[in-house]
Amino acid sequence: MSTLKKTTLALALAGATLATTAQASEVEVLHWWTSGGEARAANVLKELMEAEGYGWQDFAVAGGGGETAMTVLKSRAMSGNPPSAAQIKGPEIQEWGELGLLGDLNGVADAEGWDELLPEVVADIMRHDGQYVAVPVNVHRVNWLWANPEVLEAAGVEMPTTLDELFEAGEAIREAGFVPLAHGGQSWQDATVFESVLLGGQGSEFYQQALVELDPEALGGEQMIDALEDFKRTRELMDEGMPGRDWNVATAMVIEGVAGFQLMGDWAKGEFTAAGLTAGEDYLCAAAPGTEDAFTFNIDSLAMFRVTDDDEREAQQALARLVLEPTFQEAFNLAKGSIPARPDLDMSEFDSCAQQSLADFQRTAEEGGLVPSMAHGMAVRADIQGAIFDVVTNYFNDADMPAEEAAERMVSAAEAASF
Amino acid sequence: MRDSLPMKNTSATPLGAGAKRSTPSGGLQAWLPRLVLAPSVAISLFFVYGFMLWTFVLSLTSSRMLPSYDFVGFGQYARLMANERWWVASTNLMIFGVLFVVICLAIGSLLAILLDQKIRQEGALRTIYLYPMALSFIVTGVVWKWLLNPQLGIQAMVQGWGFESFRFDWIVDPDMAIYTLVIAAVWQASGFVMALFLAGLRGIDDSIIKAAQLDGASLPRIYLRVVMPCLRPVVFSAVMILAHIAIKSFDLVVALTGGGPGYATDLPATFMYAHAFTRAQIGLGSASAMLMLGGVLAILIPYLYSELRSRKHG
Repeated sequence: MSTLKKTTLALALAGATLATTAQASEVEVLHWWTSGGEARAANVLKELMEAEGYGWQDFAVAGGGGETAMTVLKSRAMSGNPPSAAQIKGPEIQEWGELGLLGDLNGVADAEGWDELLPEVVADIMRHDGQYVAVPVNVHRVNWLWANPEVLEAAGVEMPTTLDELFEAGEAIREAGFVPLAHGGQSWQDATVFESVLLGGQGSEFYQQALVELDPEALGGEQMIDALEDFKRTRELMDEGMPGRDWNVATAMVIEGVAGFQLMGDWAKGEFTAAGLTAGEDYLCAAAPGTEDAFTFNIDSLAMFRVTDDDEREAQQALARLVLEPTFQEAFNLAKGSIPARPDLDMSEFDSCAQQSLADFQRTAEEGGLVPSMAHGMAVRADIQGAIFDVVTNYFNDADMPAEEAAERMVSAAEAASF
Repeated sequence: MRDSLPMKNTSATPLGAGAKRSTPSGGLQAWLPRLVLAPSVAISLFFVYGFMLWTFVLSLTSSRMLPSYDFVGFGQYARLMANERWWVASTNLMIFGVLFVVICLAIGSLLAILLDQKIRQEGALRTIYLYPMALSFIVTGVVWKWLLNPQLGIQAMVQGWGFESFRFDWIVDPDMAIYTLVIAAVWQASGFVMALFLAGLRGIDDSIIKAAQLDGASLPRIYLRVVMPCLRPVVFSAVMILAHIAIKSFDLVVALTGGGPGYATDLPATFMYAHAFTRAQIGLGSASAMLMLGGVLAILIPYLYSELRSRKHG
């Protein structure tokens, strides 16, 4: 009997919470910025909203890659009760847009001049059907090479700028008794290394054809086979304890001087910073070998769901405006290790890696070479990305699979992934 | 409740049996069990069988991120059959399931027989063997992940003792990684099987064994020919429980290998989760879920049928 009472009480409470979610002039924001620094950064946005008199209802769902958050979002959307804004990125914005669930931000985009403010590649991702439906929060660069200068010195090598130099340096580091390249054997990490190696060896034009446009000729061609062979060679630089290792554990290997290098996006900087290290002195950063003229981006964004209530719409527009305002951009990106989504900010507060990142971001946006990251869901739909992951990680872990076969599978992965 | 109701009945209606049946409280008594059971029947009909049906419907659609009702026939099943990863997952389940059930039964019954020899401290020993079952598969997975890691665990320890050439790196070898799942799962579940068998052994009438001894049968022969056949119902329940642990294994894979290296240790459950929830392919995920259900039924129905029929006859 008492359990029944408890259940009734719980249901009543749940009902009460549901009832309050739909309050006017309030935004409910679903996100997975839950780690210490990120949560503080999200709090800045909350304070900015509250200072303007809007309510902020936090709907944080923990879980790094946002998988749990997406599951929650789907069930909310299916029950016809989506939050006002949600952390959705890349081609997924288009999928939600196609379902007709997103509202437009054209008002605030026109008023703030987003067309001029945002690089074209970024703006394209934020638009569905020509309408702005999402606002970019930050820009992560994926093609970074991190290094421990003490290990490099002990092995007598410099930061490599080409893939060949990376392999040479790797051998020297191995001889000096260190692990050359720290890596975690999880499919997304395999894919992260793969796309950086492909970009470094074959250039951004080929990257665009193969991993963004999914051109079957590029996916199954000679260049892809070369890229796959380079990728397999990086395995020789890794240690055998890597399967299943988390990326931050791999970063810790670089921090502790067990390993020389790591190929990882700039969120790795958070680990270096947390260990009390200074960029450029205690740890080094450079574009992944051969990719100094390219920039693989991973942009977090907040997409706005269609709402009927005028007050709530107003609050959404205010949220979108505040997200791109310098105060939030600076506070958030300092905490997150990324760079602001608007290139016109004063970067003096940021460290040397972030400054270089922003300079490269602007340069590649103008000259070409700014490409979306396949490994981080910016380039292709989730199903195709998953199918490519399967091929990449299977090839990487199977000592006997020839690169030609992997390239063929890559073509069929892109074709067969979906209806 | 059961005892008090009829008493009230008789005292309220002293007119005889015929009148007793027609009173409202008598009708209520007949309906009460059904009434009480109705909600749970309705709930399980809806949430178990209803959702099975819904999953089947979804498996016939082209649903991607959210369910849609654009029917494509058995197209998702055709895609699944062409999917290499699905075959890896299915083969893995066969290897894992068979080895897990067989080894657990073997170790469990052996331990039970050994413990049954009226030894000292049986209670303490039983607890030690049973304890792994108290852990969640996540804990088991993490512990074995460290033990099996070549740079942290058993291999590093033995090499540290001076056996430099010792290698035990199954967890990083795509061909052997599936057997690490078997090791961890057997470690966890065989103590439980032991407990089942021990209870069964204690239930066997001593006189049968004594009769066999009088006939001059050796101890191994008694266990093999007399005791084990008596334990058939125990084997039945143990296989049922182990088979369903094997088929629904998800947490162990996630914690121990994460499906890796590559997707070498993927099981249908992890395949289904990855496709339905993270890769926005609800249609394909539902199709794989239906095949899993089909696989379970294909094993369970004949077994249940033969066991229940033979029990009725015996």
